[in-house]
Amino acid sequence: MEKEFTVVGHRVPMIDAAAKVTGSAQFTDDLVFPGMLYGKVLRSPLPHAKILNIDVSKAASLPGVKGVVTGAEIPDRRYGIVPKARDEYALAKGKVRYIGDEVAAVCAIDPEIAEEAIDLIKVDYEELPAVFDPREAIKEGAPIIHEGVANNTSFAIRKEFGDVAKAFAESALVSEDTFYSQAVNHAPMEPHAAVAQYDPVRGQVVLWSSTQIPFFLRRNLSATLQIPESKVRVIKPKVGGGFGQKIDMFAKDFCAAWFAMKTGRAVKFVYERDEVFIATRQRHPMYLTVKTGMAKDGKILAQQFLAHADGGAYNSTAPTMMALSCFFLMVPYHVPNLLYEGYHVYTNKPVGGAMRGHGIPQARFAVERQIDMMAGRLNLDPAEVRFKNSIKAGEPHPGGFVIKTCGFADSVQEAAKAIGWQEKRGKLPFGRGVGMGGASFPSGVTNMSHISSGAVVQVGQDGGVNVLTGAADIGQGAETVIAQIVAEELGVPFDIVRVTAADTGTTPLDPGTFGSGVTVRAGNAARIAAESVRKKLFECIADEMEANPEDLIAADGKIFVKGSPDINVLFTKALKMYQYRDLPMPLVGRASWMADTKEPTTLFNEPGNFSPNYSFMTQAAEVEVDLDTGKVKVVKMVTAHDCGRPINPMLVEGQLEGSIAGGMGQALYEDVIVDKGQVMNPSFLDYGFPTAMEMPEMESIDIETDDPVGPFGAKEAGEGTQLSPAPAIVNAIYDAIGVEFNELPVTPEKVLKALAEKKKQGV
Amino acid sequence: MKKVLALKVNGDTHEVLISPNMTLLEVLRDKLGLMGTKRGCDLGACGACTVLVDGEAYLSCIMLAMDAAGREVTTIEGLSGNGQLHPIQKSFVDVGGLQCGFCTPGIVMTAKAILDEEPKPTEESIKKKMAGNLCRCTGYKKVVEAVMDAAGVKGGLK
Repeated sequence: MEKEFTVVGHRVPMIDAAAKVTGSAQFTDDLVFPGMLYGKVLRSPLPHAKILNIDVSKAASLPGVKGVVTGAEIPDRRYGIVPKARDEYALAKGKVRYIGDEVAAVCAIDPEIAEEAIDLIKVDYEELPAVFDPREAIKEGAPIIHEGVANNTSFAIRKEFGDVAKAFAESALVSEDTFYSQAVNHAPMEPHAAVAQYDPVRGQVVLWSSTQIPFFLRRNLSATLQIPESKVRVIKPKVGGGFGQKIDMFAKDFCAAWFAMKTGRAVKFVYERDEVFIATRQRHPMYLTVKTGMAKDGKILAQQFLAHADGGAYNSTAPTMMALSCFFLMVPYHVPNLLYEGYHVYTNKPVGGAMRGHGIPQARFAVERQIDMMAGRLNLDPAEVRFKNSIKAGEPHPGGFVIKTCGFADSVQEAAKAIGWQEKRGKLPFGRGVGMGGASFPSGVTNMSHISSGAVVQVGQDGGVNVLTGAADIGQGAETVIAQIVAEELGVPFDIVRVTAADTGTTPLDPGTFGSGVTVRAGNAARIAAESVRKKLFECIADEMEANPEDLIAADGKIFVKGSPDINVLFTKALKMYQYRDLPMPLVGRASWMADTKEPTTLFNEPGNFSPNYSFMTQAAEVEVDLDTGKVKVVKMVTAHDCGRPINPMLVEGQLEGSIAGGMGQALYEDVIVDKGQVMNPSFLDYGFPTAMEMPEMESIDIETDDPVGPFGAKEAGEGTQLSPAPAIVNAIYDAIGVEFNELPVTPEKVLKALAEKKKQGV
Repeated sequence: MKKVLALKVNGDTHEVLISPNMTLLEVLRDKLGLMGTKRGCDLGACGACTVLVDGEAYLSCIMLAMDAAGREVTTIEGLSGNGQLHPIQKSFVDVGGLQCGFCTPGIVMTAKAILDEEPKPTEESIKKKMAGNLCRCTGYKKVVEAVMDAAGVKGGLK
């Protein structure tokens, strides 16, 4: 890249790194207020039951208990992250739908008394028949989980373009295969927490919450508490990881606010680890049948999908999840004819929600596995098939996506080269193999017109730069990236930029952290706000520098004339010049940004663009299968990655290294095991996600593109890279032992069984 | 029956009135306000609550506070006393061995214990000894690199 930057593109440590390594970073559970009360939630022990009666008298009279609330007392307002899919009460009303459903809550002067009080609440249930498999729940006669939702199907989509039947008829090979992706828990290290305070004079609630989306949480709190949004202020302290699990509002948010309003005291709720596993969100288990038609040369001619997502007891993000799962089958490969049918089905199980990749990993696993299976039958190299089918920037897209930069084809080649594809694929000793998977991910969404971000950049007399942004840093480094963007735009050192973020009472509107939109959306808002500050300053000092404002450049704390770096003034001097001209201080720049969109479109029935830009990646794995124990070891993982221009390469690497760990977990280790609605492994000991011991050598290759929409050419990073590790690993397992695994996770037990089967058949 | 515990933390002795069943983590956070030590699982399974007791790494969520009587407890707040970051902390910052930061205090304390025991550890050795500290963000690569980096600093190699 020819463009030279002084802050953007540099490996700057996180803006809050010192606070995090010294333990002074404040997470929600670290907040303590005088007289604070502690809350606890009572949860359903039954998967499906009517609540006949709740007797709270003993709990309420326990010394130290300051409040008890049940579903019967709270306003009759359902909430949910997607407006048309609201189906949840903060505390269950009349009926419970899964083991873990919230029934009542208490608050007390200490957590032990709250715990004791919960045990004193007596609930009479009438148990109802329950259903645990979406393929059963969708049948006529299955127990109805939500009144009025026929076949437990809360959301169905169908999308079609081209002529699938005709294309299948013209295909050299048509293959129909079925795949299953399991339930995975996000397992962020910080358990979900909330603290609320109430001002009875002004009628205002303040909620500190481990949330990814303060502004949506404000809306949901306002709706369920029945107080105006303007009376609710949500503040996000440090958040210890989210991965999508902290997108929804939870009982802890509502109940903390409820009790703060009732008692006039601060109230804190912190979930236990088993509550995080059972009663927050998980990746949707999904059954997927894929029928693909290929030409003799491996060109994809048509694809047809039938998807059943196990939603668990409530919708959460259901419509968005199904839509993403469908739409991102249109990238990174050119699919000229497509038919997708997908169903989100309720079951009496933990609730599915957004999780890193959000519906796409399940679909990606199926497609990437099937490409390898079909390439094998056509006697083609799977890498070649991926390369051949790659979409290209600027080409008309059958689904209407507008793709201005695309490094996918390059990423296939680079990943293949780095893993040693030519020398290794099909040539390694039995038990060792290589495999790859490809993917693409949006940088936020274009097609919903209310998705926009604001930013304010303020420069004071001290020369310090303050940025106000609504963006929610949940550990990925959003505040750092925004500070880098502003520092670059103003040409000032990174260290003088302060960021105030994610407080609905002080920072501008932002939809929050989901869909990987933060860098592009909030980053663009911050960049434009900083640009307006810079322009004001340039106009003021241009005369004195005997130059046109357009010919001035700001970099490294100086402002100089283009081509003559010797003619310069310090940024701080320029500020003084501005001030001495009697121009009002502070200098303020403001901006709001949303993706360019003509008409909001759902994309279900018509083509349209989904995202301002798209990241692309190929991941290639080398694995070693222990033939005695069935254990799969990932030896190496290569990621060739087009995330535009990385604003901070160190953070981008961190994102993709973390996503590889997540993808490995999905491929090999993780599974939320549910027996008759009961989660059997709700702890880190029993669940098991990758530790340092499991991690392979990781190589990252940057396929840099300069995207015209993203700030400084940036695109999404870190969510897309969790899509392809799992199929890459499972494809490598096939190369290693010749077994096609189409159900996740590939546990040692399954591997041993397959190896024994192979032996029996004498192959 | 509550008991008085004289607990030496980061060089200072604190007298606290506690129930004998209180864990060291509870006393550190809830009685002494040392919030740098994190509660991730309360089951001794994630390492976020790691502190040093007499220089060795302990999981404070499964250690009774009473058992720390007469011993030296070091928490993340006590790692550096001079207004500067401890070299291990500095390495984590520079190398990017952290993301959300929730597991970080525990990981830094484990790193301290590793390097005290083995000033020039191998990558394999770090991975093995760090395996009890879960992190869901980083994929551990930069965590291991940070410990290696700190080892270089300690030996004056960097």
